[in-house]
Amino acid sequence: MTVTTTAYRPALLVLEARARAYARTWLIPTVTTVVAPLLFLAAMGLGLGGLVDRRGAADLAGGSYLAFLAPGLLAASAMQAGVQESAWPVRLGVHWQKTYVAALTTPLAPRDLVDGHLLWVALRLLAGAAAFAVAAVVLGAADPAGAALAVGPGVLTGLAVAAPVAAWTVTLERDHRLIALIRFGVTPLFLFSGTFFPIAQLPGPLRAVAAATPLWHGVELARAAAVARPPALPAAVHLAYLAAWIVGGWLVARHTFARRLIR
Amino acid sequence: MSDVIEARGLVKRFGAFTAVDGIDVRVGRGEAFGFLGPNGAGKSSTMRMIGAVSPPTAGHLRVLGRDPATDGPAIRRRLGVVPQEDMLDTELTVAENLLIHGRYFGLPVRDLRPRIARLLDFVQLADRAGDRVEPLSGGMKRRLVIARALLNDPELLLLDEPTTGLDPQARHLVWDRLYRLKQQGVTLVLTTHYMDEAEQLCDRLVVMDAGRIVAEGSPRDLVAAHATREVLELRFPPGGRNGELAALEGIADRVEELPDRVLLYTADAERAAAAVTARGLRPDGVVVRRSTLEDVFLRLTGRSLVE
Repeated sequence: MTVTTTAYRPALLVLEARARAYARTWLIPTVTTVVAPLLFLAAMGLGLGGLVDRRGAADLAGGSYLAFLAPGLLAASAMQAGVQESAWPVRLGVHWQKTYVAALTTPLAPRDLVDGHLLWVALRLLAGAAAFAVAAVVLGAADPAGAALAVGPGVLTGLAVAAPVAAWTVTLERDHRLIALIRFGVTPLFLFSGTFFPIAQLPGPLRAVAAATPLWHGVELARAAAVARPPALPAAVHLAYLAAWIVGGWLVARHTFARRLIR
Repeated sequence: MSDVIEARGLVKRFGAFTAVDGIDVRVGRGEAFGFLGPNGAGKSSTMRMIGAVSPPTAGHLRVLGRDPATDGPAIRRRLGVVPQEDMLDTELTVAENLLIHGRYFGLPVRDLRPRIARLLDFVQLADRAGDRVEPLSGGMKRRLVIARALLNDPELLLLDEPTTGLDPQARHLVWDRLYRLKQQGVTLVLTTHYMDEAEQLCDRLVVMDAGRIVAEGSPRDLVAAHATREVLELRFPPGGRNGELAALEGIADRVEELPDRVLLYTADAERAAAAVTARGLRPDGVVVRRSTLEDVFLRLTGRSLVE
């Protein structure tokens, strides 16, 4: 055998496999992760935003509601995509079609599946956030430089949920908890983590809950980047918080994948 | 030449449950070897340990001369695996499934394309290469999984219940392909609870029950050692059997009573049938047949293979 194996190569093979499978079934996931957020931006930003701005909302970062909403929605959409893109492929690969299980009959190990899976999610998040940023510029919701700068925080926000969701999903034998997470976890997070209004408007205890979610930190970073305004906490703190979720989720996922698949 | 598989005192426990309870197995290069036993006998657990995806709880195991606990990837690179479930991506085409799996071995796409064409030819799926997997029949999916297991040109092919759930015609197509592989010198290790599958494909097999090996040998030797040459099967009307059993005394070497029939083990079943008639018994059904591995299993464990 002349194949030289480096540590990252197996993960790239998994990434490639995900890309090949995606090339075949790209339409529906693309519509749900790109088109749906844009509908939100148009309806809430332009429609509702028109009303908000008329009542005078000068203290909103960015000056207009549309400019306030766009970076928040970019991060919140990445969070949603991070959950969906992580949970269902793991379900499919480990529990339904078991293509991840079949992959383990090759030289690949569970950690390669985790690494390749998260690399693929990162690419999908990057594509989704970039598409959203372009649309936000076209709609006049952000200037090109600010929109481009908000893409990075968006990808980090998505990964900060994708990694722990992958780690957790692999341990589930049935769907109901995952569906509960999406219905009762993701939706409130989407609505109340500073995307549509500043969390200062929340009652005290809820404000603390919102501030503990990775999404709020991502929204703060994305908004700071888009409208050139300092975030609630130093940027390094927000970044470190997101990084902790990503790295923690990733390491736990390597552990839970191995425990579920090698037994 | 060293053995392809070498296991001594191999044990697999899941919590308090012991799936494999100290088995010794050796499989030589080019052999077709079988694990025969009912569901839950420990066959699949054994296969997963040999496939280097399940660490043994105790015992010694070498596959292709290496230790699966430390050399898993290196072993799996040289194995072909047909798992019990197909594990195909049903949204993708036949050829795409093979390409993606082949890439996991790091094989270049330019080498994989002709290899995939050749393998699809071999498993008689060449005309379905561009079709989605989902609508394929169970037998076609199974043959596709066999092609997938051959992508890396394996030295050892592991097949976990290769034909379970297939109709007879589909099973024979699979058996035919496996027989060809055997003729080409590929080492085959398979599990089955079909005695006809074991008889058709295996040079040598072990009979497993409750995590242990209860017998070992060629199908012919096992039948010779644990059963008579022929069997007379009698069916009696439900409930009307008590008197008959006593009346059968002395006709055969051994009598086994099953829920639906009575088996008489004897060297000459025709003669036994004549004796049954001579004693005035009138069973609903009379079948004369040769002994099979099913009878061996019944003899060794007191139970049928397929319940």
